[in-house]
Amino acid sequence: MFPLSFSPDLLKLDYAQEADRIGAMLREAIFHRFKKRGLVVALSGGIDSSVVAALAVQTLGKDRVFGLLMPELDSSSETLPLSRGLAEHLGIQYAHEDISPILEAVGCYRRRDEAIRRVVEDYGPGCQSKIVLPPVVADDQYRLFKVVVQYPDGRQTETRLDLPAYLGIVAATNFKQRTRKMFEYYHADRLNYVVSGTPNRLEYDQGFFVKLGDGAADVKPIAHLYKTQVYAMAGFLGLPESICRRPPTTDTYSLPQSQEEFYFSLPYGKMDLVLYGKNNGFPAREIAPAVGLNAEQVERVFKDIDGKRRVAQYLHSPPVLIEPVGHEQ
Amino acid sequence: MTTIHSLAVEMRSFVITTFLFGEAGDLQDDTSFMGGGIIDSTGILELVMFIEETYAIRVQPEEMLPENFDSVNRVAAFISRKLSKPAS
Repeated sequence: MFPLSFSPDLLKLDYAQEADRIGAMLREAIFHRFKKRGLVVALSGGIDSSVVAALAVQTLGKDRVFGLLMPELDSSSETLPLSRGLAEHLGIQYAHEDISPILEAVGCYRRRDEAIRRVVEDYGPGCQSKIVLPPVVADDQYRLFKVVVQYPDGRQTETRLDLPAYLGIVAATNFKQRTRKMFEYYHADRLNYVVSGTPNRLEYDQGFFVKLGDGAADVKPIAHLYKTQVYAMAGFLGLPESICRRPPTTDTYSLPQSQEEFYFSLPYGKMDLVLYGKNNGFPAREIAPAVGLNAEQVERVFKDIDGKRRVAQYLHSPPVLIEPVGHEQ
Repeated sequence: MTTIHSLAVEMRSFVITTFLFGEAGDLQDDTSFMGGGIIDSTGILELVMFIEETYAIRVQPEEMLPENFDSVNRVAAFISRKLSKPAS
C-alpha cells in the first residue's frame, strides 16, 4: 500500500517556500557556520548554476554573489554569452577566466588526444570527439564506453574504448573541472566568500561529477532537487528563456554530448521519476507507465542506479583516517 | 590443451589478483561478479581487455551479457565457446 498513486505530480513543490528554505540554509552556512561574506558560483549557462546563482541573489543580495565564466576550447559557442547574460540579468559582479591556456599548459588536450589515438590511430587536428554509452533500457548488456570521432570532412566513426583509453580520456578531461575549481577558490579566497557547488539531485546521487573538480564545494544548495524541480524553480525565479530552454549538456567534449548518452540511462524527466519512485519505495510496475517503459526496463534502470551509487561512494568519500583526529574526535 | 576447467582456473586467478587484491575470501566459481560487488563497470572493461589479449579473441557488443561475464564459470564457458569457433 502506498499513500499516493505514482505520477509526475509527486515532484511538484511550493517553489516560493522551497526558495525560502534554501535561502535560510545558505545564510546559516555562509554567515554563521563559515563566517564568510558571500558566495562564488561558476556559471555554465546551464539551468543548475543559473538557479543556484539566482537563489543566492534572492537571499544574500546581488552584492554578495560573484559569478565566474570559464569556457574553454571545447565549450559550446553558446556557453559564454548565456553565462554572461545570466550574470547581467542578476546584476552580479563576475569575471571571465578563459581556462584554455592553462589546459594547454598542463596537456589536457594533448593527453586526451593521445588516449583517443590508442583506439583511433588517425585521430588528429580538425577532428572532434565525445564518449558515449549505449542505452541501458534495451537489454541486460553491459555498457562499454565508445568514442565518437568526427573527421574534418564530416564523417563520423564509433569505436569501443579499451581501459587505458577510457581512463586516459576521462583523466585528461577532468583537468577542466579541476581547473575551474581552482579559479573558484582563488576568487573565494580573495573575496572571503565560500564556493557553491551546483549539482542537482540526479548528479549528486549518481556521482555525475569530478572528485575535487565540480564535486568540491562548501555548499550545494540544490543537491536535493530533482532536475525537473530545478527547471520549475528556474521558471519561478523568472530566469531568461534562453537558459530555461537549453537542453542539459556536459559541455566537456568537442562534439555536442547529451547527459544521457554519457551518463544517465534516460532523459532527465524520466530519470527523475524512476529515481523518485525507487527512493520512495514504488515498485517498477507502478513507475513504468509514467515513464513509457515496461516494468522490466524500469528494473534495469534500478540496477543502473544502484551500480552508479556504488561508484559514487568513492567520489563522495572524504579521506580515510586511521583514527579520528582533531575536530572529528 | 585448453579446457573449461583450465580456463576457469586462469580466470579465477585473474579475478583474485586483479579485483580482490589476492584475497579470495568466499569467491566461488559461480559467485556473481556484479551481485557480489566484485567487479564494477570499469572492472568489466578490464576483464574484457584481459580476455581479448590473453586468448586473442574479440568480444562483440551483443556478447557483453551477464550470462557470459558474471562469474568465473560463465567467463570460462564463454571463452571456451569462442575458442572453438572461427574468429568473428
